[in-house]
Amino acid sequence: MNRAEKGEEALLSDKGEGLCATCLHLETCEYLRSFGSPRFECDEFEGIRPSALAGIIDKFGSAHGGIISILEAVQAKYGYLPRHALNLTAERTGRSLVDIYGVATFYKSFSLKPRGKHLLSVCLGTACHVRGAQAVAREFEERLDVKAGDTTADKEFTLHTVNCLGACALGPVAVVDGHYFSKVNASKVRSIIDKSKTGLDAVDAETDIRVFPLETSCPRCNHSFMDPERLLDGHPSIRVTAAFADKHGWLRLSSLYGSYSVESEDPIPKDTIVNFFCPHCHAEIAGATVCTDCGAPMVAMIVRGGGMLQICSRRGCKNHMFDLV
Amino acid sequence: MITLNINGLSVSVEKGTTLLEVSRFYGFPIPTLCHMEGLSPYGACRLCVVEIGEGPRAKLVTSCTYPAEEGLKVRTSSARVVRARKVILELLLASCPQSKVIQDLASAHNIRRQRFRQEHEDCIMCGLCVRMCEEQMMAKAIGFRGRGETRTIGTPFDIRSEVCRLCGGCIYVCPACQLRCTYTDPDKAICGGCANLSPPCLEKEPFEDMMCYMEPCVACEITAASKKPETGREKEGKGAGDAIEDIL
Repeated sequence: MNRAEKGEEALLSDKGEGLCATCLHLETCEYLRSFGSPRFECDEFEGIRPSALAGIIDKFGSAHGGIISILEAVQAKYGYLPRHALNLTAERTGRSLVDIYGVATFYKSFSLKPRGKHLLSVCLGTACHVRGAQAVAREFEERLDVKAGDTTADKEFTLHTVNCLGACALGPVAVVDGHYFSKVNASKVRSIIDKSKTGLDAVDAETDIRVFPLETSCPRCNHSFMDPERLLDGHPSIRVTAAFADKHGWLRLSSLYGSYSVESEDPIPKDTIVNFFCPHCHAEIAGATVCTDCGAPMVAMIVRGGGMLQICSRRGCKNHMFDLV
Repeated sequence: MITLNINGLSVSVEKGTTLLEVSRFYGFPIPTLCHMEGLSPYGACRLCVVEIGEGPRAKLVTSCTYPAEEGLKVRTSSARVVRARKVILELLLASCPQSKVIQDLASAHNIRRQRFRQEHEDCIMCGLCVRMCEEQMMAKAIGFRGRGETRTIGTPFDIRSEVCRLCGGCIYVCPACQLRCTYTDPDKAICGGCANLSPPCLEKEPFEDMMCYMEPCVACEITAASKKPETGREKEGKGAGDAIEDIL
């Protein structure tokens, strides 16, 4: 019996009621460590199989280097770096666990603890500090009932303090999931938290000048995709046919450049790569390039007035390009 | 062969020799902490600084990592070098005052005071143990973790490493903590890292499970987590702790 098994047995006998139903790996359960109780039916050990990680690891090559890329991909998949995943990465790449753990702990962007749905960073840099960032950070801590660096019990928010975000003129600055909030004070904290919960990607199409409507058409038959009968964000939507797995149905995208509103006949699971077809000529709409963010094929559409719009075909990926001709 | 000048003495050495090796070969002593024959040079402790170049272009370099160059003028104990070394030793004393090795070096360099804020670390981040583990023991059980002032040395996840063979090599080479563990004599094998007068790792029956090599003491932590200490012992431990405080 090795040491791990011994330790586990001890833990099980001591607190049998805290037994995690899925994986029985109390010793490595990050939820137990971070939140005091294991998460039932956690997908951790279902998801982190050697086969699931092998694809990620092999993509970046295992000979030399590549640890950061692998860890980034693992973190993108699980939201943090599970201990089990690090062990498997070490095994698969042939590097020692010490090296991988060293890299994982060195960079602040890697997290060994599960993180919340929203990442909330409060800047405590010099410029923000003199404008009262400490009070803002305290207010966030009180409202969310966590200490900086920790995750709320409902796993909604992870609160971080950072030393400078490079937006000193806007200070005090808080960033939620990549959205910057400027001149934050204690009274704005509550609205930021509420906004983050409802979703920050919903854009105010009326007032935001970055948002403008595009008319698109099929690159093959040049028939318009625009569907004036169904409005999205107050503008005619872009209607295409979407296919994924064994599903086949319409998909409507907002024609507003900068909005990510989308409707579809069948709900499309996150991370699914969808095949787009023209509803008129039924040809598949495919671009020649792949997404620079996730590697999925890009979908190309002609924009009326000259230009080419390319969007990533992976659900959830927001990468897009607009080339003017 | 490369010809260079050390303290006014013209010497010739093989290409690839470091200044430290040259100096020691020709009898000029240079103190070191993080250097050890058989391990790759690291340049962490900075004690081996020497001055190279002349006039306004003279600069301090770590001799353990600096390769001999043609025509180089090296001074191993100029006033500037000695001053730098003394400050470095003072800083080391400020972080690890209990280390016998550092105390002896400080004494040898006639250091009478320590002007920095006193800390009580037991690691100077010299990386000797990490290199020992990797290069001589071929284990790679311990390594650096974290960054900046939170950088530490230890096993991944602070659990006992599967590749650690408990060889004790890391303790053997450590300039900061080597005298605190006797390893081969189980009765005396108290790490002191936990400052616990009745260390749980001694109470553990099988000797093979004792792992007092790294800070924080993994055995103490696991034992503390998996079983609560008996009340009697707790009392005893507390009493002992108070006694120490009284003495201090």
